[in-house]
Amino acid sequence: MSSHYTPSIYDVSVDSTKCRLCGRCIENCSYDVFRRSEEKILTYPNNCVVCHRCVAYCPANAIKIKKVSTPYRYHPIWNEEVREDIYNQARTGKVILGGMGNVRKYPPIFDRLVLDACQITNPSIDPLREPMETRVYLGKKPKKLEFSGSGDDVELKTELAPNLKLETPIMIAHMSYGAVSLNTQLSFAKAASNLGTFMGTGEGGLNQALYDYTDNIIVQVASGRFGVNPDYINRGSAIEIKIGQGAKPGIGGHLPGEKVNKFISETRMIPEGTDAISPAPHHDIYSIEDLAQLVRGLKEATDWKKPVFVKIAAVHNSAAIAAGIARADADGVVVDGFRGGTGAAPKVLRDHVGIPIEAAIASIDQKLRDHGIRNEVSVIASGGIRNSADVTKAIALGADAVYIGTAALISLGCRVCGKCYTGLCPWGISSQKQELVDRLDPEVGARQVQNLIEAWTHELKELMGAAGINSIESLRGNRDRLRGYMLDSNLLDILDVKTVGA
Amino acid sequence: MCGIIGLLNKDGSRIDGRSIKRGLSIMNERGNGQGAGFAAYGIYPDYEDYYAIHVFLDNMKEAKANVEREIERWGYIVYSEEIPTNDIRTFEREQIPYRYFFKPDTRKLLGHNYDEKDAIVKMVMRINSKREGSLVFSCGKNMGIFKAAGWPEEVANFYKIEDYDAYMWIGHNRYPTNTPGWWGGAHPFGLLDWSVVHNGEITSYGTNKRYVESFDYECSMLTDTEVVTYLFDLLVRRHGLTPEMAGKALAPRFWKEIDRMPEKQRLHHTALRLAYSSAEINGPFAIIVARSEGFIALTDRIKLRPLVLGKKDNTVYVSSEEAAIRSMEPNLSEVIYPTAGEPVVETLDVVL
Amino acid sequence: MRIRSKETSSVLIDAEGLDYRRLNKKVREAVADGKVKILISNVLGQRFIGDGIDKNIEINLTGTAGGDLGAFMDGPFIYLNGNAEHAVGNTMSSGRIVIHGNAGDCLGHSMRGGKIFVRGSVGYRVGIHMKQFEENYPTIVIGGKAQSFLGEYMAGGVILVLGLEQDESVDSYVGTGIHGGVIYVAGEVDDTLLGAAAKKEEVDGDDIEVIRGLVKDYNHYFNRKVDVDKMHFTKIVPTSSRPFCNLYTHE
Repeated sequence: MSSHYTPSIYDVSVDSTKCRLCGRCIENCSYDVFRRSEEKILTYPNNCVVCHRCVAYCPANAIKIKKVSTPYRYHPIWNEEVREDIYNQARTGKVILGGMGNVRKYPPIFDRLVLDACQITNPSIDPLREPMETRVYLGKKPKKLEFSGSGDDVELKTELAPNLKLETPIMIAHMSYGAVSLNTQLSFAKAASNLGTFMGTGEGGLNQALYDYTDNIIVQVASGRFGVNPDYINRGSAIEIKIGQGAKPGIGGHLPGEKVNKFISETRMIPEGTDAISPAPHHDIYSIEDLAQLVRGLKEATDWKKPVFVKIAAVHNSAAIAAGIARADADGVVVDGFRGGTGAAPKVLRDHVGIPIEAAIASIDQKLRDHGIRNEVSVIASGGIRNSADVTKAIALGADAVYIGTAALISLGCRVCGKCYTGLCPWGISSQKQELVDRLDPEVGARQVQNLIEAWTHELKELMGAAGINSIESLRGNRDRLRGYMLDSNLLDILDVKTVGA
Repeated sequence: MCGIIGLLNKDGSRIDGRSIKRGLSIMNERGNGQGAGFAAYGIYPDYEDYYAIHVFLDNMKEAKANVEREIERWGYIVYSEEIPTNDIRTFEREQIPYRYFFKPDTRKLLGHNYDEKDAIVKMVMRINSKREGSLVFSCGKNMGIFKAAGWPEEVANFYKIEDYDAYMWIGHNRYPTNTPGWWGGAHPFGLLDWSVVHNGEITSYGTNKRYVESFDYECSMLTDTEVVTYLFDLLVRRHGLTPEMAGKALAPRFWKEIDRMPEKQRLHHTALRLAYSSAEINGPFAIIVARSEGFIALTDRIKLRPLVLGKKDNTVYVSSEEAAIRSMEPNLSEVIYPTAGEPVVETLDVVL
Repeated sequence: MRIRSKETSSVLIDAEGLDYRRLNKKVREAVADGKVKILISNVLGQRFIGDGIDKNIEINLTGTAGGDLGAFMDGPFIYLNGNAEHAVGNTMSSGRIVIHGNAGDCLGHSMRGGKIFVRGSVGYRVGIHMKQFEENYPTIVIGGKAQSFLGEYMAGGVILVLGLEQDESVDSYVGTGIHGGVIYVAGEVDDTLLGAAAKKEEVDGDDIEVIRGLVKDYNHYFNRKVDVDKMHFTKIVPTSSRPFCNLYTHE
């Protein structure tokens, strides 16, 4: 033990009166918490990350995990986390990495927005018995339509740009092959295909196991340009240029070497075992006109048949950036708020950089309307969408659709232990070790993701019906159906939402 | 609640306002005395080339001076007067209805490239958002809106609508849901020669309002119906859609139906929904939208508000209730029940 | 069947110029006075005629009846020579309404018993949430066409649509949410017109007898000669009595 020894936060105990010594805990735990010593199972709780794998698989219900804390004297500023981060950096001299999304206690704005329902002056609509439309089209739209002729001979002169058709406004976010396992991506792909929605490849390229599902896959072109060849961009239903992500605005993707096995190496075309740290910017985009070049370059490469979206992290001037993206021939802007997840990011960027998605969407929607172009591009929100109420509020604030990342992983069994960067995920979700990956059955996984999105879509219909709306386009940007509760007046102005009671 | 009513003489023959007053009063159950109004077309034949700007003035001093100063920046007032009214003891005379016959002159505004109609719209939006004691409530050629906070008979008698002869009348009996009765909030709402009466409440108002506001319309009347007027002006006048197409954009077919349509129709309906998603009106509604050539009647896609049409010789009637139509014309040759979300477009058979 | 009324216990009311409150007051006074047949002429949009009356009297109207004709009634026989507006027979418990014309939306809303016959066509959401229990069994017969959402959320009773002189008998979302009762429609009903929880079934001998009985009454009221044997009918019933139970899970 050293002067920087940090005590274990958890205590893992095995009740020997129940334990059958079957050894499943030892097999299942990828963090070496359990070992057998003669007729007992011994535990090393310092390694425990509360992934719950052991508890889920113990047939005797013999395992108990408790949170134990060796207390520190209370101090409001030098709290436990601050102290332990310093011990860590004094010991290592390194940048602290974390997984998943922002852990700071900023109150979620979604939790301070409430939705309207119709009473008397307006009827609510019954989603079980009357039509309730959640179909969304993502892509470039015409400013107006021109027709020629009249009566039965009327012809549409305006050409429509290619759009993606979604039966629900919920899509599965980009999580790269590398950050997550191939079985995770297969689960997502099958679910997206069954639901009539889309999933994203993330920046790790497209493994050929997914080729059957490309009608429901959006391919990503990120700063590392992994896996980007003509076949890749033409297979996807759409292309997303990833400029940034909410978990780490301003820096590129980060796949630790532990997770770069031979298949990842093949797909990304980098040596096995090296860290795949994507560049911070795209080195061919140093200003907005360069982005327009890349957008058009990709459209030329795909004969203008695929919508091209641009993903940015939600930062201070997202609205102006989004307006620039809209004018750069992009079909849509994807905005990832500061609660967006990640497999690995420097903790200090994950927790301190970026702005909430609610504010970003509201100001982007407003800015595009100020320019008279809101309807011509799509706006997609992501970053901490936890349930159908968040989905509904995001749409009312101005989004056409949302991406879910962490929620989709949780539907596969993820416990959000935040240790994805170790490559030891015992659920097979974010690991690349085959024996772990095999634990996730894509058929079962797909069913679970599909269940989640179906349930949320139905709840969305109930919320729309309660608000007297039967088409999702009438919910989009409809700030009047939201009210803020315990939000300050400046933020209410930015959100263009009134306070409760008004 | 609200009751709406309209009639069009397709041969252009003109009748006075007694008939529409009768039809509207039959529906007093649908109102609560907090607002009523009429729009009449063909009523100013001697000034048919000028825009008839109807204004509510708070007073005859500063308010009148302010509005005239603004109007004269955009053109010439050819003639003006108080709109003739009767004294109706049963309601409050909140404002003074005034009218200006006006000719825009876009050369007066150096550096601007507006066509005449855009200039009128801009002028009216400016006056109504500045709120310097005046409110423009009608601004079309050879037509006029007459409205106030009162029962239909009171408002009709106040404005002496039996003295006007029109080939088309529309009327509204108000039961406000969200704002108290004030003269500006009564229907019809108008812009240029558009006038709109509406029964229902627009649940998509937040979306529709923000959409039209990004094209320089300002919603200043505190009533959701106003946005319908601007949607028609945008889609039909500025974008060139036919009234039927505009109706299809505002009350689009369901995707389940569109998916089963033959290819050309499917493309048209899909294009309308994609381009005009923020124009879609959600919530229960029955509306009558009138313009010089005739009217468009439309209900929401699941028919939550009643609407019925009747025909007799050259006249078409439309209303929330059949009884209201029969009070104007007891012997109809045809009664038509429109389909939910299908626009019914009736136009003059002659060019006037 | 038409009640044969004794002439001494009938009265004629001229509805011209009467608002609905005064008109209905007169009707109620007549009922209280022991009149068994009330004739009302010049009806023009008055609402709530026959509302809440629980005696087996006859009301015979000419003109255009306003909304809620026969609402909440329990017993009377109302005959209308003309068109009716919305919510005819709204939440009625028993009695009969016969309309020699067309009717508007929501006819038979929450009907709990009794019968409604319409010679012509009707609007949207007709027969919405009809209910039945033991001998309380509501019936709606439409001669012409019924528009969308026919029999929405139906829990009991029977609706028959004859589609006479029409291109189609019904429109979309037929029987949406139906969980009890039955709808018979003359002609074919395309699967795309069926609402959630509704399915089609073959019409059998018992069904034909039911339809025959209803058409016999229809022919009698409107002096027509509809012949059931020359027509083909589609039967629409619930897929289950709990069509939506699979949507819900517990906290």
